[in-house]
Amino acid sequence: MRRKIILALGAVALPLLLRNLYVIMFLVPDEMEQGPIYRIFYYHLPAFFTAALCYLTAMVTSILYLVKKDQKYDAIAVSATETGLAFAAVNLITGMIWGRISWGIWWAWDPRLTWALICWLVYFGYLMLRSAIDDPTERAKNSAVLSIFASASVAVTWKAIEWWRTQHPGPVLSIRTGGVQKIDPAMEQMLYVNTVALLLLGLIFVLVRLRQEEVQREIDALRRYAHAMN
Amino acid sequence: MTMLRHAAAIASKDLRSEFRTKESINSTLSFSVVILLLFAFAFDPSPDMIVEFGGGLLWIVFVFAGALIVNRAFARELPNDCIDVLVSSPASGASLFLGKATAAFVLLFGIECICLPVFGILYNVTWWRNLSGLLGILALGTWAMACVGVFISALTVNLRLREVMLPMLVYPVLIPAILPAMMLTNTLLTGQPIPSDFMVWLRLLIGFNVMFTTLSVYLAETVLVR
Repeated sequence: MRRKIILALGAVALPLLLRNLYVIMFLVPDEMEQGPIYRIFYYHLPAFFTAALCYLTAMVTSILYLVKKDQKYDAIAVSATETGLAFAAVNLITGMIWGRISWGIWWAWDPRLTWALICWLVYFGYLMLRSAIDDPTERAKNSAVLSIFASASVAVTWKAIEWWRTQHPGPVLSIRTGGVQKIDPAMEQMLYVNTVALLLLGLIFVLVRLRQEEVQREIDALRRYAHAMN
Repeated sequence: MTMLRHAAAIASKDLRSEFRTKESINSTLSFSVVILLLFAFAFDPSPDMIVEFGGGLLWIVFVFAGALIVNRAFARELPNDCIDVLVSSPASGASLFLGKATAAFVLLFGIECICLPVFGILYNVTWWRNLSGLLGILALGTWAMACVGVFISALTVNLRLREVMLPMLVYPVLIPAILPAMMLTNTLLTGQPIPSDFMVWLRLLIGFNVMFTTLSVYLAETVLVR
């Protein structure tokens, strides 16, 4: 059943991604001040949204694991975290490329950039902690707790733009500026459409990774059973 | 009330044990002085440079020293399975955590108070011009370090590579507290009061402490019960 869902999601996501790529590259006009490099923004921001949603999913499922002690939630949490890390890496890398063209430097110690990197490191630590614990119950419990800690860092990242005035561009989406239109409506609409496409892609990655995790757990259980029989 | 009494008992046990053996104090203090010396060799700082990065230098020393202290918080209970006895005692997980964090805070703050004059002598800084403000910021930053460090030390106490894992997990989580502490210490070292545009850093530091102390107290029972 899940395989069919993944295929169905893929059948929607792939044409949408290709169509968006065509529109972004050939149909949407250049930005007045930044020129063509602004197009990277259509992947930079949706990648951040997808990563943030993955981190949020990891936090919710970690809390659910601590409440219900069901390994299923731990499997979802690790799948969402790994996917979130991949999208956060896309967000950071596209931001660096944009920064190189617009600011002339690959990296600025701007609070929002720094916080995005900190979040990445915190969640990478989550994966390292998991790999260091052998007992599945202990691993699930400790990593669930760390995931809740890490989500506090993500909350700071999300709010950082309001707390500091930085060289990073301010919010441009009308939902974040209180209805004030800061970019062309066509550009904003395209951004939302590509966000949907990347969210779908993120969901596919989480489902595929979840299947891998479940298979790995079955193999581990069988291995433990075989050891017990010997 | 009972929770605080238990926490005080655990903190005093940890401090008494530390003052008897002095294993963390001696190593951390000498380590801190060595780092202060190494920075002097690495940068050969002028008085102007020290005004710019004195706070950062101090906090790097404190954070490195802090990892040594918090690493011992639960690790000292591993011989003879003392940790199991502590967990099965009437003290709750929250009081265990608070006691250990308080002991780590006292040790770290003490070491910082010794390092400050050493820093002043080695780098020729009159650090006491706004002493109350400086001690306040040191206390806030140190509590952040003790709170997050001791909590993550409870998570990593049974790991084979805990000496490596602990700093790797603690430092990124701690950056939102250390960054404001560095900025504010830099200002206070010049003897000036905290300017109004730096209040956001102070609020961030206090907010971090409130948020992570609440989270740690709430989750301590889950982490410690095996």
